[in-house]
Amino acid sequence: MLLQQARSNRLLVRVAVCVEDRHLWDRVPIAVHPHLRAGLQLSLKQRRDVLWELQQIHRAWAALDCPLVLLKGAAYVAADLPAGRGRVFSDIDIMVPESHLAAAEQMLLGAHWIHTTSDPYDQRYYRRWTHQLPPLRHALRGSVLDLHHTIVPKTARIALSAECLFAEARALPSSSPYLVLAPEDMVLHSAVHLFNDGEFSHGLRDLLDLHDLIALFSRQAGFWRRLLARAETLDLRRPLSYAFRFLSRILGAAFPDAPRQELAAWLPAQPARIAMDSLFDEALSPDHIRHRGVRAICTDWVLDARGHYLRMPLHLLLPHLIYKAVRRKQGKEGPHHLLPLEKPGDIRDKPPL
Amino acid sequence: MVAPSSSAFGEAGFDRTEAARKNAVKVGSLSSSELAAYLAGGTLSIQTGPFLLAIRSSLPSLASALHRLYEDNSYALRPPFADFHVALDPVSGLRRWLRPQVHFTLDGQSPFQSLPRPQALPLLEWGLNWCVANHGHSFLVLHAASLERGGRAVILPGPPGSGKSTLCAALVLAGWRLLSDELTLVSLEDGALAALARPISLKNASIALIQARAPTAVFSASIPDTQKGTLALMKAPRDSIVRMHEPARPAWVVFPRYRPEAQTQLKERPKEETTIELARNAFNYSLYGRRGFDLLIELVEAVACYSCVYGSLDEAVDQVSALP
Repeated sequence: MLLQQARSNRLLVRVAVCVEDRHLWDRVPIAVHPHLRAGLQLSLKQRRDVLWELQQIHRAWAALDCPLVLLKGAAYVAADLPAGRGRVFSDIDIMVPESHLAAAEQMLLGAHWIHTTSDPYDQRYYRRWTHQLPPLRHALRGSVLDLHHTIVPKTARIALSAECLFAEARALPSSSPYLVLAPEDMVLHSAVHLFNDGEFSHGLRDLLDLHDLIALFSRQAGFWRRLLARAETLDLRRPLSYAFRFLSRILGAAFPDAPRQELAAWLPAQPARIAMDSLFDEALSPDHIRHRGVRAICTDWVLDARGHYLRMPLHLLLPHLIYKAVRRKQGKEGPHHLLPLEKPGDIRDKPPL
Repeated sequence: MVAPSSSAFGEAGFDRTEAARKNAVKVGSLSSSELAAYLAGGTLSIQTGPFLLAIRSSLPSLASALHRLYEDNSYALRPPFADFHVALDPVSGLRRWLRPQVHFTLDGQSPFQSLPRPQALPLLEWGLNWCVANHGHSFLVLHAASLERGGRAVILPGPPGSGKSTLCAALVLAGWRLLSDELTLVSLEDGALAALARPISLKNASIALIQARAPTAVFSASIPDTQKGTLALMKAPRDSIVRMHEPARPAWVVFPRYRPEAQTQLKERPKEETTIELARNAFNYSLYGRRGFDLLIELVEAVACYSCVYGSLDEAVDQVSALP
């Protein structure tokens, strides 16, 4: 059962890495070993692929003179963080200053990158309202790149300045041309991504990543003070308070008293708190605990709606949702980052080599 | 009939030793109603080569097909561990009555579109192939048929339409042991081939052709209108199934190509080209990087490489069987 759940929650690689790091092979039945070893191999391949891809992207940007900040999985792998080892992800996320966004995009388009959506509405939507361009795909390598200019959508009710993020970005230990966010900013980004975006298809995995980041960085002196101060500066107190609440509730993580109390004060008032508890408990649980049927559907719907609401004000959101609903009815919409379901019989899903 | 519980596979360590295998009970020893009940209850697991498959389905047609095609395979009920948990279920909703569909799931997730109910059996077989190709990573998995005779194995790589399944079936009938008709498993440890010994999938004209050569072989019913045309599955010979745990050393790689009316010709093929073609025909080659590359080089160095254009199945079988 563990293996099945691990696979469907995308945590197989994480389990494998855990077994390897803690030398637990003797405690795992022999029959399970091949599956875990395959997971480890996947982790190695992922790392190899990401580093190679980052190198190739940088070649396209040789003439670009601005900070290039890696986000999420790509950052964890490039910075060799524990959070990067057990994680399998498909897109690379890079943030550049808004002033250089157009130039960065042009250079990529000149290097065999193409837009994944040609629909003018979607293009406009991304460019006007969100924090990133529509995803780009490399025509030959098939890799997907999300180019960001900040970490929350422009339309979100969060007064976050991207300049602050760039100001604190750190160089990587190796001679890489890329930067990563400061530790506190990495934690905050992970928290706002998880709790504000409304997408919980791998909620548990994202929560575990957040846990890994905090476990590592909290060893640095003054981390808690800096984290809380930064949350105030970036107007991200609410998502951070949720992060800590659910790290305790779901993973049983323990935190020092002082930050815990201050964060608790940033949670919403009681009636809302109970509602959010119920929603997030459900959304962040692994599949086999999640209730099926009506409750799950309601939870997903509410959190999705909340995610939309947090990203866009109502006067923009309503027309957007109506437009999307009409297009879906017309059959012109497809899921974005999901691969189309394969036809059985074609077991090759991408060209090898 | 006493149902063997997990004792067929032992407890601690999920014992898959020789002794456990010898004691394992076969699917054929179950009555069809017992099999259908276990299948519907989700307690049945069938051994196919290195993989123990937990299969669940409420479809009676699937139960009887499995009873025939997997008769010689060993099974277990509620084993402590199964490599893949798959299910073949009807799709719920209004379509259930209009044009019923079924879908395949692994660990509760459906990787494919659903298909009409009469195609449940090929959907299961495709799904099982998909599991091995996408998750069977203790092997380098090649899109190729493979067979063994006299301790030496031939690998027949080829895309659909090359005639490899037909040639594979014909070789099996001529006495070769079936390793697989679709997925060749190359061990990463030592380059030996592992057997799956699952039913051979035949299409369209090949069905009648092979049935004519093997009147006593066990076939599923023909299933028309699939995306590959009419399909039928031929049960693997008992000997191949019973010996599924015996590895085989590859000795030849032959690229088959069926061309009607063509003169059957076996020609040597350069090793460099063969290596590249094998890499192209491998599902998980890129997963292993350098290690996969080295494994393929070692494999190709140890075998003789040919291409075989054939117009006559008999001639192709003779020529492959006569390889030095």
